[in-house]
Amino acid sequence: MDWRRFGIIGLVIVIMFGTVVLVGISKDSALVIITSMLATTIAVATPLTLGALSGIYCERAGVVNIGIEGMMLGAAFFGWLASIYMNSIFHFPALVSITVGVIMAILTGGLFALLHAVLSITFKVDQIIGGTVINILAIGITGFLNRQMFFGAGSVFGGQVPHSPGVLPRIHIPLLADIPIFGRIFEQQPIALAALALVVITHFIIFYTRWGLRTRAVGEHPRAADTVGINVIRMRYMNVIIGGFMAGLGGAYFTLESISSFEPLMTNGRGFIALAAMIFGNWTPFGAWAAALVFGAAQALQINLQFFRTSIPPQLAFLQNAYVVGLAPYILTMLILTGLIGKTIPPAADGKAYEK
Amino acid sequence: MQKTDEQGFARNLKRRADPFLVPLLAILTAVILGGLIIKVVGGDPVAAYRGLLQGAFGSPKALSETAVWATPYIFAGLAVAVAFKGGLFNIGAEGQLAFGAVTAALIGYALPTWLHTDLPAYIHIPLAVGLGMLAGALWAAIPGALKAYTGGHEVINTIMMNYIALNITSYLLNGPMRDPDPLNLSARTPQIAASARIPPIFNLPGLRVHWGFVLALIVAFIIWWLLWKTTLGFEIRTVGANPDAAKYAGINVKRTIIITMAISGALAGLAGAIEVTALNYRHELGFSVGYGFDAIAIALLGKTNPFGVVLAAVLFGAMRNGATRMQFLTQIPVDIISVIQALILLFVAADAIIRFIYRIRAREERVVLTRGWGG
Amino acid sequence: MADNDIVLEARNISKQFPGVLANDHVNFDLRKGEIHALLGENGAGKTTLMNILYGLYRPDSGEILVGGTEAIIHSPKDSITLGIGMVHQHFMLIPVFSVAENVMLGDETVQYGILDRKTVAAKVKALSHQYGLDVDPQAQLGQLSVGMQQRVEIVKTLYRDAQILILDEPTAVLTPQEADDLFRIMRDLTKRGVSIIFITHKLKEVLAIADRITVMRAGHVVGSTTPKETNEAKLASMMVGREVILTVRKEAAKPKEEVLQVENLHVQDDRGLDAVRGITFNVRAGEILGIAGVQGNGQTELAEALTGLRSIKSGKIVLAGIDVTGKPPRPITEDGMGHIPEDRQRYGLVLSYTVADNMVLCSYYLEPFAHWTIIQQEAVDSNARKLIEDYDVRTPSPYVPATKLSGGNQQKVIVARELSRPVKLLLASQPTRGLDVGSIEYIHKQIVAMRDRGVGVLLISAELDEIMSLSDRIAVEYQGQIMDIVDANKANKESLGLLMAGIKSSETLKADG
Repeated sequence: MDWRRFGIIGLVIVIMFGTVVLVGISKDSALVIITSMLATTIAVATPLTLGALSGIYCERAGVVNIGIEGMMLGAAFFGWLASIYMNSIFHFPALVSITVGVIMAILTGGLFALLHAVLSITFKVDQIIGGTVINILAIGITGFLNRQMFFGAGSVFGGQVPHSPGVLPRIHIPLLADIPIFGRIFEQQPIALAALALVVITHFIIFYTRWGLRTRAVGEHPRAADTVGINVIRMRYMNVIIGGFMAGLGGAYFTLESISSFEPLMTNGRGFIALAAMIFGNWTPFGAWAAALVFGAAQALQINLQFFRTSIPPQLAFLQNAYVVGLAPYILTMLILTGLIGKTIPPAADGKAYEK
Repeated sequence: MQKTDEQGFARNLKRRADPFLVPLLAILTAVILGGLIIKVVGGDPVAAYRGLLQGAFGSPKALSETAVWATPYIFAGLAVAVAFKGGLFNIGAEGQLAFGAVTAALIGYALPTWLHTDLPAYIHIPLAVGLGMLAGALWAAIPGALKAYTGGHEVINTIMMNYIALNITSYLLNGPMRDPDPLNLSARTPQIAASARIPPIFNLPGLRVHWGFVLALIVAFIIWWLLWKTTLGFEIRTVGANPDAAKYAGINVKRTIIITMAISGALAGLAGAIEVTALNYRHELGFSVGYGFDAIAIALLGKTNPFGVVLAAVLFGAMRNGATRMQFLTQIPVDIISVIQALILLFVAADAIIRFIYRIRAREERVVLTRGWGG
Repeated sequence: MADNDIVLEARNISKQFPGVLANDHVNFDLRKGEIHALLGENGAGKTTLMNILYGLYRPDSGEILVGGTEAIIHSPKDSITLGIGMVHQHFMLIPVFSVAENVMLGDETVQYGILDRKTVAAKVKALSHQYGLDVDPQAQLGQLSVGMQQRVEIVKTLYRDAQILILDEPTAVLTPQEADDLFRIMRDLTKRGVSIIFITHKLKEVLAIADRITVMRAGHVVGSTTPKETNEAKLASMMVGREVILTVRKEAAKPKEEVLQVENLHVQDDRGLDAVRGITFNVRAGEILGIAGVQGNGQTELAEALTGLRSIKSGKIVLAGIDVTGKPPRPITEDGMGHIPEDRQRYGLVLSYTVADNMVLCSYYLEPFAHWTIIQQEAVDSNARKLIEDYDVRTPSPYVPATKLSGGNQQKVIVARELSRPVKLLLASQPTRGLDVGSIEYIHKQIVAMRDRGVGVLLISAELDEIMSLSDRIAVEYQGQIMDIVDANKANKESLGLLMAGIKSSETLKADG
């Protein structure tokens, strides 16, 4: 792995953390601030991490997926819808409802991914256009159903948003979470923890298993894989769908773990930022995760500055402006894509339909 | 001899009809599927579509409103189409449009105050519209330059620039450019001066269709001329079709990429500037949500041909316009239009699906529109 | 019965592609332990037949027998199971994988769900030792030479216990000496009972190594013979269907002033590695300088640097007295460079453009094709009609997209475009690669005609025969350096071959003495 890249990631994170510590030191101890920043960073990086993993499965198999944004949006909506259905129509307990919601979200991601696979693998549609179709379709469907089901007269919920079952609870990991002060970092909700586990699992799958070797072969040189009897089409389909599951879980974060409501367009570009994280991480799970943390930190910075806004010194007044601080992740993404912070190399057959 | 002539004629006719066949069938299929969705959620598709048609074409006012809706769609659709021709995917029409609108609004309301004098319309309007275009062009030239010089992919960069534009305009409309009227509760600029307003075509109450629509048609023609009749157009198309061959042919590929993006952004900026100067007379936050994605669908539906874009834009304008009446009559949310439009895009993009369903043989060569991260 | 030892038989195979009947009732058989050469021009249908035997294509009709029983081959998986292995012309290897990973792909050894790289590496090592292949299982494939990569391909088939080996144009990328090595390995393999189908269009190789020869032309099998019963001329006329003049007729060159001077040129490749390392040479008006060398020794980068497509690291390029060092392509073109690019579909043509537009690809902005930046379509069209006539481009009209043309006619479009301009130097990179004999003859004639008109020609080709028959002087490029420049009439294949392998004649003398 590229240590220079990790060094830059570390530096950016240190600068962001430092800013918050400087601003907040009059209210809290540095250690407490850093710990809370870290905890927020890991939490808000969750959809980015999962989105990046989604991209890794797809692109390692040679399918560019810019539809992650739409997959997450669709998953966020249908997961939320399922949890509300379970809770307020069938009166299941909250936790059961939310769990069903998460499963529904994962399946929604998989379904959108299946569409992407059909478009880009079977019908050989330009993959970036295919991804855009997914994004627009997701915006349309979620916007329409959101209005129709919750605000339309005569709909299931009688024209009003029902009481939501809430969000996934924090998990108290014994020992880790018991560490004084730092324990708070590990006290996360299930999707955040699952994302961490999936980073490790994905790394293992991609680099140490038969599945991973074949996936990478299909993404590098599909014809070579074909000539040794590997079913290129099947491998690509499976990986894109697995990628869809990842994006679906990432979508669940928005409506079932972070907050318990749905708003149109709520993914807010996270799917695209996740792609930038994947690229910066050189299509490796750990690299992508590290990059996702940078974006997470940028968002945590915004949240924490908001928290400490009264103690921001007048010279740094611009930090009070949410619009200005909110630019950070987007500008960071563009900087990363310039490749000035180190070029990365995509899989050789990434984005190319396989023609026999 | 006579016979072969007739055959030739028939073949010619078929060849001419073919480019329209797939888009038309794509629209048809999407409309049928949309009807099914309406049915599933408990609505009456026939009533809904009747309302849609009525609202779009049922009266002079309806026609006028359809043209009003179509105007920004034509500009934005052309913006995306020009980029496609140059091998670039501009998902950032939204942000470029917002900057065009903000700039036109600023020139529209503030310039007389800065100059301490009233301006004649023949100076004020071109200035507001022109600078709006320029703002869009510059905003789009940034991802163009990043693509040309660093290889940063324009798809992600233009999307990021959308969010940046959204943040900046939010800041401006809530801060320095906010309408100071004490009754104002929303994030919007003051009204532009009368001298910066493009008049409606008919001086009749209720008919809002303005000269911007005519301008859109003229611009579509200019873009067609530019792409197919000039050396710059040859360069743009060559870079789009095969950047390596373009380099071999001595074309400055980097410069052409930036110019293409700038033209694309100028068109999107024009869309925003015209909305401000001819319709709303101010810029308000959130008015443009969704134009960027609609523009992509329009460009693809119009097969990136300027005249095709005009037809597609009118269709989309008619749907958006008619949807309001549809919702009024049948309580089906206007958002169903987004679903139908997404389906149209789906079937146009994946024309193989349409060809498969209706058993049409492919005639044209597949055109490469975009490239992966590598290039 | 003699048929007992037939290990593979194709009966009445037909395969139709859009527009071409690639295989028309083809019959072919292979005996145990023999090398059976399949000879034919580009596009004769050899590779299609092999892809059918290997399961990459399905035949429209006909049957395949392996070991005397009918075999159903739907995919490479089936053919591998039947003991068929294939070394493709374009290697089916993954540059970012290690040798061991490449070998095991599709037939992986796994322990507890984890790839067992160690066991595979040991097996690769053993196979490599057994057949004298000298392959390092740990090496990253992309770092290996082309010759070594080919051996990895062979190991790949042996790893799967292939008894029938198909080699598709295996010598195209090798030096003559490397080719000899390959022939030794092939002999070794046949001694151990492996049967080999050897696909090529090179007559000399067929006569040197094959036990039997089958010739294909335009999708048909023309006939079978053995090296003893035939000779080069007979094989050539079987291949092409008429008498072929194997040598290019040309007068002695009358070189005049220098039109290209290259001094100490250094160029880097895409990965930032030095591809051209201090090259100096010149080309005179009225002569052909051929640059020989195995593919991948910096020829591509050299050509791209000379035409302005690739920036140079250091050095100097002077074209017709004008210093063009560091200039982009357009001024170099305007100063008199004509360029037939190596990859004609990537650089030479915009495939979606019409023939007419492609014929003004480099001059669309000049009078009479453009007036005040407005394209003058009539001038473009009449130019196309004239060039189509003059250069015998077979196209239904000037307005069909270039992609509809055959490879030979696509190349003629480029040749017409480049030669019709007032060029002082013609750079022709691999000008006949992948073309049929008719087109090759035509393009060779045009190149010689250009020379006789006083144009300097720089010919870069990996086909040593082409270099030797066209050039007046021959430079050999090896690892980005010019090994030597010799007069064509004093050069012979052996000495050039050694230079192509990086061995200078003085060193060979030392080794000999």
